[in-house]
Amino acid sequence: MTTTDKAPVADWATDFDHTHPEYAAHAPEIWDDLRERCPVAHSDRFGGIWLPTRHADVEAVARDTDHYSSEGVIASPFKPEGIAPRGYAPPITSDPPFHAEARRLLLPAFAPKAIARWEGATREACRELVDDVLAGDARVVDAAADYAQHIPVRVIAEMLGVPREDGDRFRVFIHRIMETPGEGLEGLSYEDTLDYYLNQIIESRRAAPPQDDLIGYLLEAEMEGQRLDNEHIRGTIALLIIAGIDTTWSAIGASLWHLAQHPEHRARLRAEPELVPFAVEELLRFYAPVTMARIAASEVDLGDEHVRARDWVLLPFPAANRDPEVFEDADRFVIDRQRNRHVAFGVGIHRCLGSNLARMELTVALEEWLARIPEFELADPDPTAVTWSTGQVRGPRQLPIRILDHGDPV
Amino acid sequence: MRIVYDRDACQGHGRCYSLAPALFDSDDEGYAVVLVDGDVPVEHEQAARLAADNCPEFAIGIVE
Ligand code: SF4
Repeated sequence: MTTTDKAPVADWATDFDHTHPEYAAHAPEIWDDLRERCPVAHSDRFGGIWLPTRHADVEAVARDTDHYSSEGVIASPFKPEGIAPRGYAPPITSDPPFHAEARRLLLPAFAPKAIARWEGATREACRELVDDVLAGDARVVDAAADYAQHIPVRVIAEMLGVPREDGDRFRVFIHRIMETPGEGLEGLSYEDTLDYYLNQIIESRRAAPPQDDLIGYLLEAEMEGQRLDNEHIRGTIALLIIAGIDTTWSAIGASLWHLAQHPEHRARLRAEPELVPFAVEELLRFYAPVTMARIAASEVDLGDEHVRARDWVLLPFPAANRDPEVFEDADRFVIDRQRNRHVAFGVGIHRCLGSNLARMELTVALEEWLARIPEFELADPDPTAVTWSTGQVRGPRQLPIRILDHGDPV
Repeated sequence: MRIVYDRDACQGHGRCYSLAPALFDSDDEGYAVVLVDGDVPVEHEQAARLAADNCPEFAIGIVE
């Protein structure tokens, strides 16, 4: 839900607005329509913006770091200017060659073996949350607000080493940055900003003894023989908070939304637990939450279109994932799909750093939910009862679910 | 059957080592490491194909 009224969109091919509530509600249909009749859509909004919908075009832009800069990854009316190669939130906003070094710093912390360490804590958090959901007599619960959203918040707070209560503040920051970029900033005091929060954290952590967590690691880390400056550290923590929460929450929420409507898939997951890894990848393909943005560094051709220097280009990975040229039965959810080269986590040098973490959280969140709540359905058949986020991360924000059956208590 | 792995193309998606743990491992940064030298054992051929078919970066090739 946006705070401002958006001008209505007459034609998605020439005037799309990915922050429009209509887009939030109908994005997959809009992508399918555009892929057929106008594979690279354009809009004058946001100062000029493009939306490729074919897998080949999305992939080509993602891989072309010469013509497209990452200095802006969230399209808004305000275009960052002259902050490459580092950008606000390294490494996601960084361009080569700075990018590779900034990313290498973080890779070990997000490699599968490092992530495995967090699985137990994630499982515990999920169990606690299911307990809360099942406490009381309510048989209708909000699977997005009461379950999905808390999981990544807890995990990332623990990895960073900040108090769990700070999670409530994270969600406010994220909403402002991701869902209504550039809006509603009047009257906001500096003390209420993510920037202020992070400065406080860094200052207090520098004054205290070193701690063995991600912030502690960043404070000690060196790039080319130099400690990272505050700006780099602040940007990277901001990235981990912003990219780590909304996205995973969306993936968990969309997956539960799907399972609520597909008893046959719930039954298969119960009967064949070895399907879970395939089902998770198919959920990621079908409900990929993330659309990334780039800024054209110079004039460049994109499909049959001509992009001007400094135009925005969106990379809707979920649209690429539904391209029939690449996926057999692209518009069908195939729970045991064997060939699944999906790009939910992007492609190329900016492949989502947190993909192993996200995949683990999604898997654990579904396993724990299904173990205790094997049967559930949408509480309200009216599709507007489920609200979808606007902007570049897509997932249900309100997801009323009716619990039909409890599993055995653990 | 042999596996051809392109380290420059690999971006550490991890699809290969989760689908075919007998054939691939991950290094400390999450990039793939091929565990077999030479021919893929027959019982793992299916897993090798699965890994190749799921790598978003086309970093894994199969030579029959
Ligand atoms: S699936 Fe491809 S990109 Fe991912 S780790 Fe394996 S080889 Fe690398």
